[in-house]
Amino acid sequence: MPSDQERILARAAREILPGQIVNLGIGLPQRLFHYMPEDLEVLVHSENGILGCQPLADGIAPDYEMIDSGGAYVGASPGASVFDSALSFAMIRRSRVDVTFMGAFEVDQQGNLANWKIPGKFSPGIGGAMELAQKVDKLVVLCSHNDKRGNPKILRQCRLPLTAPRCVSLIITEKAVMAVTEHGLEVVDIAEGLDVNELRAATGADLIIDESRLGRF
Amino acid sequence: MTLLTEKYAAIEDAIARIPDGAAIMVGGFGSPGTPFALLDELLAQGQKGLTVIKNDANEPDIGIGRLIRAGRVDRLIASHIGLNRVAIEEMNEGRLTVEMYPQGLLAEKIRCAGVGHPGFLTDIGLDTEIAVHRREIELDGRTCAIEPAIHADVALVHADVADTYGNLAYRGTAINFNPLMAMAANLVIAQAFRVESPGSLQPEAIHTPSAFVNHVVRVDRATSEQGVRAHAV
Repeated sequence: MPSDQERILARAAREILPGQIVNLGIGLPQRLFHYMPEDLEVLVHSENGILGCQPLADGIAPDYEMIDSGGAYVGASPGASVFDSALSFAMIRRSRVDVTFMGAFEVDQQGNLANWKIPGKFSPGIGGAMELAQKVDKLVVLCSHNDKRGNPKILRQCRLPLTAPRCVSLIITEKAVMAVTEHGLEVVDIAEGLDVNELRAATGADLIIDESRLGRF
Repeated sequence: MTLLTEKYAAIEDAIARIPDGAAIMVGGFGSPGTPFALLDELLAQGQKGLTVIKNDANEPDIGIGRLIRAGRVDRLIASHIGLNRVAIEEMNEGRLTVEMYPQGLLAEKIRCAGVGHPGFLTDIGLDTEIAVHRREIELDGRTCAIEPAIHADVALVHADVADTYGNLAYRGTAINFNPLMAMAANLVIAQAFRVESPGSLQPEAIHTPSAFVNHVVRVDRATSEQGVRAHAV
């Protein structure tokens, strides 16, 4: 039985297509490295200035000048390049990064994302999240469906300061995969063993569900 | 003016040129590219009332973290300080003024100073709370925010290799903010693991041309004391 996070990561890896440039946000998304098929030809971008980073192979000593944006030591994959921070964000603002995965404090049915600040409690700065959220064509949110107290993180309307408005394409939680569409939040897949009423009860947004087309994951 | 051949300096002499109250750009994203030796010398010499411009605040006991802990920094301009709980506490207690920008805007504001532009126009963050303090204009029917350049008195940068004329080359993800900052300040001090004689570096391999650099200091390879941290993958 996979853990909730493993379920999220395994499902998220299916969103990465051959040939894409992929950015993995700090935390859970960076673990996606280990869920991508080995023969999948992609370049992983990290905003500190590398296109083509990969985890260090076992037994390889770290190079102290090679990290990703989460501070983990990385290696360069074949065809990698390194560059300065202004150029790294040029790549992001020019939408050369195809897909980015990020966590969320809150995300809503319009695709608004809040993941950088809880006023009065948590404000370490936004880092690269705002530009990634605003400019990468496909933003996939990976998060738990509910917070530690059980409150829904998927809402009708975000309350926290936004990282970017209307930027999210897809939300993957341990309970469901939800696509942001012009009609609202459409459930694509539902977790094995969960029924639609349980999903609605755990969610703070209006969900569009067509049970005849619903996938399981 | 520094004679070309006099740029190779002792670390004490180079850092002694920094006055109290200086605005100092510091290269690095986390540890890679942070000029730890230059920062430790600055700490030892005691300059205070500093404004520091760096992507992050390092960690509490290394790099600019040590300067912040010692109360030498009045103001910090950064994009994310999440790895330094002391800096966050100092900010929350009101002892440290922190100005934060999205990372790419911070880089571009520094780049603008380095290329001699007063600022740039952007559509990043227009509908978010960072827009509150910005001036906006219309350009070809699009709303744009004005982002002024960020200048500094001093830049402290880390290179892999330099020559005694002040040419610099960086390595790996230690590039980050270094080449941008090396163009954006009036006094640029670089540390490098190797300092060669002029002509040793291939002209094409040079990232920062000597024209921008005032002093070059040789340092030993990074040690754990200089802030290398074992991070898990």
